[in-house]
Amino acid sequence: MRRLLAVVAVAAALCSACSSARPPAGTLTVFAAASLKTPFTELAHRFEKAHSATTVTLNFAGSSDLVAQLDQGAPADVFASADTANMTKAVDARLVAGSPVDFATNTLTIVTRPGNPRGIRGFADLAAPGLQLVVCAPQVPCGAATARLEESTGVTLRPVSEESSVTDVLGKVTSGQGDAGLVYVTDAATAGDTVTAVPFPEARGAVNVYPIAVLEKAGDRSSAAAFVELVTGAEGRKVLSDAGFAQP
Amino acid sequence: MTDNRGDGTVPVGLPAWLYAPACLGALFVVIPLVAIIARIDWPHFVPLVTSESARAALILSVKTSAASTALCVALGAPMALVLARGRFPGRSVLRALVLLPLVLPPVVGGIALLYTFGRQGLLGHQLELIGVRVAFSTTAVVLAQSFVSLPFLVVSLEGALRSAGAGYEHVAATLGAGPGTVLRTVTLPLVWPGLVSGAVLAFARSLGEFGATLTFAGSLQGVTRTLPLEIYLQRETDADAAVALSLLLIAVAAVIVVGSTARRRPGLS
Repeated sequence: MRRLLAVVAVAAALCSACSSARPPAGTLTVFAAASLKTPFTELAHRFEKAHSATTVTLNFAGSSDLVAQLDQGAPADVFASADTANMTKAVDARLVAGSPVDFATNTLTIVTRPGNPRGIRGFADLAAPGLQLVVCAPQVPCGAATARLEESTGVTLRPVSEESSVTDVLGKVTSGQGDAGLVYVTDAATAGDTVTAVPFPEARGAVNVYPIAVLEKAGDRSSAAAFVELVTGAEGRKVLSDAGFAQP
Repeated sequence: MTDNRGDGTVPVGLPAWLYAPACLGALFVVIPLVAIIARIDWPHFVPLVTSESARAALILSVKTSAASTALCVALGAPMALVLARGRFPGRSVLRALVLLPLVLPPVVGGIALLYTFGRQGLLGHQLELIGVRVAFSTTAVVLAQSFVSLPFLVVSLEGALRSAGAGYEHVAATLGAGPGTVLRTVTLPLVWPGLVSGAVLAFARSLGEFGATLTFAGSLQGVTRTLPLEIYLQRETDADAAVALSLLLIAVAAVIVVGSTARRRPGLS
């Protein structure tokens, strides 16, 4: 019986060890859309330099995943979404303190195999028969933007695959499976010369706006607000524009 | 066997403390299943699991899993026989290689398949020359599922072959039966339950395949978007639909696993 109690005690100890998820003081936890990885890593670095007592922890994932995590009680101080729809979800769930601020925009671009072997010149060329086109599924922000472009241009696309994330679209093109894909300008910038970007004017018809907000449960509101100020200020604008983002 | 005291054996009980971690383990598996059922939006359950996209995903999943199970049996059964009964150098190395997909993350399997059968892959270019394009096709889904499921069939059948031993086969050979006759009339009937449970495991693993499919095959309704991919996608916008589809997948898997063990039990004990 004593051994049984010992086993139960060990199990209980293990469970309590994993439930203390609250980060220590002096830590600022930022939940940011996956597409913000490059600029936010840089901005977090700069923030830590200016506020030496604070460590910034970054969590990058799809915006809807992040909202789901926050809704389930994940501890975080700042949330930056890749679209207004997911920020609205967070606001409706009373997760946000104050009102969100728009800090960047992103538009779609065509990416092709390096050197554009299929000679794609614009959006309408993506409907060419036999072209292995990869896009995002309409359920995710980049796919919603793709659907809006199809509607505004009247061009019906026949993709061979509708991926659930923009990085999967890019991966299908860089690996040579797909001939062309529709991704964000910033993804094309990150991919460098593994793809050729073909910008097209109609992309202006579907602009994704990125909002950022301090969260209701933030441990240190002033520190969280300082991070939001950095992102929306001159320094943030410079870093974001280097990564390919435009200003709202 | 535990109740049989006629032959003088004493029944061996279990130490009492063993039940605590065993119960903890059972709860660890059962509670998440209960949590899913508790989260179901019952009034909308039927419309959610019978929507056009859900039906397409379910049908595609069952079809591709059946095809990959058939492929696993066709290739895996000979592999298990060769590994269990064959005599050649490097057999243990070969076994380790064949079982590698068991420990690989499926996404790694997907990347490996991509660079094998993809358009720029090792074999993909040759396949394209003869007019076969695997990329973004249902064939790619079956290949991904077979790659991750094959070791389950091989392990299961090889284990059955080893525990059955080669005694009866030796007797049959001594009596003048050729290798083909021994395989057909002695070995296969003897390990049939092992083959069936291996096939069930392979089917269940194929049904749940996600990472390799997503990486290698892509995602398009009715072509490559199997039930796990549909669940992953629905989760983005409609958590209720994702939960409902998850229960559907659990139900299908449970029917297959429970159904096949129930039918096999009389023959095993």
